[in-house]
Amino acid sequence: MKSFRFCFLMLTIAILASPALSDLVLSKVDRRVENAGPEKESLVLLAFPEQQAKNMAYLMATPHEGKGKVKNPVVALPVEAANPKDMPAALTFYSVSLPKGLAEGDSFTFDVLAVFTHALRPIPEQITQADIQLVLYQDSAHYLSPYAVKVQSLSVKLPDSRIESYTKLENTKIHGSEIKYGPYENLPSFSYSPIAVHFESNLPFAVAQELVREIEISHWGNVQVTEHYKLIHGGAQSKGEFSRLDFLARPNVRGASAFRYLVANLPPRAHSVYYRDEIGNISTSHLRGDSKKTELLIEPRYPMFGGWRTAFTIGYGLPLQDFLYESDGKRFLNITFSSPMVELVIDALIVKVVLPEGSSDISVAASFPVEQWQETKISHLDIDGRPVVVLKKTNVVPQHNQFFQVYYHFSQLSMLREPLMLISGFFFFFVACIVYMHADISISKSSASYLAKQQWEEVQAVIQQVQNIISRCLTTHDNLEASLRDLSRTGNIQACKAARKAADGLLKELSKELKPLLTFLQSSPSAAQVLPKVEELVAKERELQEKVMVKHSTVVDGYEKKLGARDIENRVALQQQKLTALRQEVDDLLEFIDEI
Amino acid sequence: MSNSYTSDILKPFKLKTKQQELLIRVLILCLVYILAFITRLFSVLRYESMIHEFDPYFNYRTTLYVTQHGFYDFWNWFDYESWYPLGRIVGGTLYPGLMVTAALIYRLLHFLRFAVHIREVCVLTAPFFASNTTLVAYFFGKEIWDSGAGLVAAILIAVCPGYISRSVAGSYDNEGVAIFALLFTFYLFVKAVNTGSLAWGLASAFGYFYMVSAWGGYVFIINLIPLYVLVLLITGRYSMRLYVAYNCLYILGMLLAMQIRFVGFQHVQSGEHMAAMGVFFLMQVFYFLDWVKHMLSDTNLFQEFLRITVTCAVAVGGIALGVGMASGYISPWTGRFYSLLDPTYAKDHIPIIASVSEHQPTAWSSFMFDFHILLFLFPAGLYFCFKRLSDATIFIVMYGLTSMYFAGVMVRLILVATPAVCLISAIAVSATVKNLTVLLRSKTKVAQIGSTKGTSSAKASSKASLDQSQPFQKNGAMALLFGAFYLLSRYATHCTWVTSEAYSSPSIVLAARGAHGNRVIFDDYREAYFWLRQNTPLDAKVMSWWDYGYQITAMGNRTVIVDNNTWNNTHIATVGRAMSSYEDEAYEIIRSLDVDYVLVVFGGVTGYSSDDINKFLWMVRIGGGVFPVIKEPDYLVNGEYRIDKGAAPKMLNCLMYKLSYYRFGEMMTEYGKPPGYDRARGVEIGNKDIKLEHLEEAFTTSNWIVRIYKVKPPNNRW
Repeated sequence: MKSFRFCFLMLTIAILASPALSDLVLSKVDRRVENAGPEKESLVLLAFPEQQAKNMAYLMATPHEGKGKVKNPVVALPVEAANPKDMPAALTFYSVSLPKGLAEGDSFTFDVLAVFTHALRPIPEQITQADIQLVLYQDSAHYLSPYAVKVQSLSVKLPDSRIESYTKLENTKIHGSEIKYGPYENLPSFSYSPIAVHFESNLPFAVAQELVREIEISHWGNVQVTEHYKLIHGGAQSKGEFSRLDFLARPNVRGASAFRYLVANLPPRAHSVYYRDEIGNISTSHLRGDSKKTELLIEPRYPMFGGWRTAFTIGYGLPLQDFLYESDGKRFLNITFSSPMVELVIDALIVKVVLPEGSSDISVAASFPVEQWQETKISHLDIDGRPVVVLKKTNVVPQHNQFFQVYYHFSQLSMLREPLMLISGFFFFFVACIVYMHADISISKSSASYLAKQQWEEVQAVIQQVQNIISRCLTTHDNLEASLRDLSRTGNIQACKAARKAADGLLKELSKELKPLLTFLQSSPSAAQVLPKVEELVAKERELQEKVMVKHSTVVDGYEKKLGARDIENRVALQQQKLTALRQEVDDLLEFIDEI
Repeated sequence: MSNSYTSDILKPFKLKTKQQELLIRVLILCLVYILAFITRLFSVLRYESMIHEFDPYFNYRTTLYVTQHGFYDFWNWFDYESWYPLGRIVGGTLYPGLMVTAALIYRLLHFLRFAVHIREVCVLTAPFFASNTTLVAYFFGKEIWDSGAGLVAAILIAVCPGYISRSVAGSYDNEGVAIFALLFTFYLFVKAVNTGSLAWGLASAFGYFYMVSAWGGYVFIINLIPLYVLVLLITGRYSMRLYVAYNCLYILGMLLAMQIRFVGFQHVQSGEHMAAMGVFFLMQVFYFLDWVKHMLSDTNLFQEFLRITVTCAVAVGGIALGVGMASGYISPWTGRFYSLLDPTYAKDHIPIIASVSEHQPTAWSSFMFDFHILLFLFPAGLYFCFKRLSDATIFIVMYGLTSMYFAGVMVRLILVATPAVCLISAIAVSATVKNLTVLLRSKTKVAQIGSTKGTSSAKASSKASLDQSQPFQKNGAMALLFGAFYLLSRYATHCTWVTSEAYSSPSIVLAARGAHGNRVIFDDYREAYFWLRQNTPLDAKVMSWWDYGYQITAMGNRTVIVDNNTWNNTHIATVGRAMSSYEDEAYEIIRSLDVDYVLVVFGGVTGYSSDDINKFLWMVRIGGGVFPVIKEPDYLVNGEYRIDKGAAPKMLNCLMYKLSYYRFGEMMTEYGKPPGYDRARGVEIGNKDIKLEHLEEAFTTSNWIVRIYKVKPPNNRW
């Protein structure tokens, strides 16, 4: 027992069954340690009974700063699980390393914060809707320690002033909702004096039996967080009827033990928040945001009575630049570990960090021990999947909501991979379409239908050419008419004659071009049904041509003979009528052929 | 200058008229395709991407099963979560087309690395197929009339409310893909008849197979096509093309359809399919006679031969049918089939069919609602079809007329009539507009030529002489054209309005306007189902009226006694009987069914009218149909259905009444009304002092729409 010659000078234990954390018990201990032995000591042992150790979620020791001082960032003292010899097996030990060894007579003050989950037991275990919920807390009034304790006191702070019963020891005082035991002086080591406090607590006993957080990083500027909760009301089981009428009328009396909403403090600039479950969107939620935080208030689909479960998913996007940093060539994500939900105990927390495809060299830095492994996830447009870092931790309390870091390498060029894939996908699709349109993929090249189709296509091409020629003829006619109009305006006969000459040449050429096409059509069997129409068209056009020429000559003649405009018009009036009719016929024919 | 310059540059890119037309056509089709899709997304925008109504939940659940367990497990799936304690052989009692389609789309998307959720696929399946239907409608219209009619048909069907009602996003039901399959099969068949090509016949057989796999409405195809063939035979339009098309469709289609377990051997065994077989044999006889006639040159001899053969054939057919019917090999027509032919049949014989609102005869208003101007265009289209009679137009006329009759018999069959109505109306629109524009264009041409030729009096007189034939032709055509466009634009606005107001609500989530004009959402169904899912034992059995069965299994993940697959009338009647008995009698039934929870839907607080109290008479009727202990008059007062003080005593004390109104008498629902005022029916309830002995309230949703009761274990005996 040589090394246990410390004694605690002063100890105040404050147990806060605080309103915020009803299923949690925070115990805060101020310890002042004095070395009474000759050797220098740098380790202090903390002992917890098995039952508490089982429920302990979080343990932190910090050097005591004293009140009123400017709070520097407190550096936690390293705490490790210890397994010293010659100690009762029913106790679990943790050792706190002091910053410097304590010589004899030296003293050092530090705070220990331990958080226990599931330490409050509902008694009775089943209550009806109208009952209030009573819970029992058990602890020792004397500080259980391997060392002798000089002075110690214990105060239990309860959320409500209604206390059903509590263990009365000597020196017990009660102030409103606070019970004070002690101070006790000069206790021997391992002194133990059980106390039990039975009190009312109607605060939400929200326990997430499982929470899966998925943090997906997109280098296009978004960190998408998706959290899947499986929630249970961990308090007294509800029994008997649930009456909506009573609950509606007096929710604070009939349904005092139920909780109706949860609050999540999301990081600032969170966007695209959603709240849903397996069967769809849940419409009862409110989002308030300012520059410092985004507060999301969610109501489960139904009020949560004792033992009732629910499961839901919330998701939100965060701006990438707030969480992703770069240091010496590596990128790292710096984001909080646990749920943004306040007042929530998590039995099993799984955090999955999905890194972009092509990340490598992944490492994680967290301030507490977590289980970790890697997976891959195949998401949109992935070829070999995105690397996923999975972190698992059981018994998580809000104190664990600290930042952790994931380091990885990622080349900026990999970002272009997916857009390029999409672009090339569409490109090949269109190329395939073009190839399909132009390629001849019929199986038998000699079958009758195939040949007929090919011939028909040729015929169509020829008819198209014929049409073109005819329409060019028609434009020539229009030009001639235009020249006539010019003539009537300017009286320039020479220009008109020149136009006539040009038109003559052009028309001759065109009729020359037309000839082989017509002979082709006459020879082709598949053109048989169109041929008469085409021939009619050509004939009409020729007639039209002649008429136009005659008219032209007449008018020019008239001008040469210096006849009056009215005279000329009278002369050509009859021709004009015929011309109009012919032109109409030709147009109709063209349209008809077009429709074949 | 610059203008001519640019036109010079653009010259090589200038398209020919044909190409321009093709471009415009393709563009219009693409737009219609997109329009058909997005007009169905109202519900997603208003609410969320969710499955609607009742049946789709079952389809969704089975699709989920296919994607998770694979096709063979799905085929062999025995679902013990429904029809407790009987269970249901799912693989053999459903049309798997929809689920397999959705699962394939899902697989394809995942293969292309789009990590979508199966729910999104299911929600968007119906709009996607609606888009495809517009394409089919285009090709169909092109086949029976011309490409203009095809385009109009595509546009009409894209927004037609009759079709939208069953194909909005989230309405993940068989009809969503079946209408596509139906129209596609018809199109391929008409194509096969027009071309006489074996390839098209084969394609139509596969189309038919898909239709059979997707929806029970395939019976319509297998009866309409033989009827059509018969009509062609009678009208002397028999041809080799028809022979090839029909035989190919019938034989291959039948063989393929037998691969669907739910259909099995019905093609050769059920009375509903016998017409097709009869026509098949008739065609063979016809062909044979044709051949004999070809071989025999003697007319008298042929007449003799004809008489003998026909007599023999008819006799053999009649005997075969008679023997088949008598021996029970050929099953008689089912009640559903009868109720189609005779609208009053279901009312008298099968209350369970009559109880479904979508099986009611159609009111005129719903025709107007679903078809709008198509109702007037339809006869006009028929006129045009008769004017240009061909094999294809005869088909569409027959399809239109028969489906219109069925649409009149049952509300839900408006859906089947919609494609026909759209196609025929499209013919009317297209033909009218075409005629009018031809008129307009010819006129303008003359006018143009006239105007370019100056102001000669002779020309003017000639023009006048042309005009004189029909003085106001041009103006009239213009007016008619504008009228047509006005009507069509009215149609478009009507369709959009109907889609957004009437057909885009998921019916699982109810929305109402609050006092301040804000939108209030009643999400009670999901609240209750999720409560069941989370807070009841995994093997809990839930009894409710069959309407909610699919939803409870899909969303609540609990076993139900009866569900929307109303295959066992007795089981449903037992539930109906339990609901309409006194509590202690009901408790016996509930115990015998091993029920743990009873779920009722109650709208008295919110004024939601399609609740269980309003459906209660059907429970009594269906229950009474099997168990004569339940008599409908016991629940009525002078033939009147009441729930207030003047209600029948049995009504006031039956289980359904008690469960619905338990502790409702203490509730103030409306200002200025006594407590216990039922807002759905607008009366104060008659029994305010309800005590439950064997059940206890387990959960009631926030607006009381769903109430769940727990069945207490029996009391201890001494």
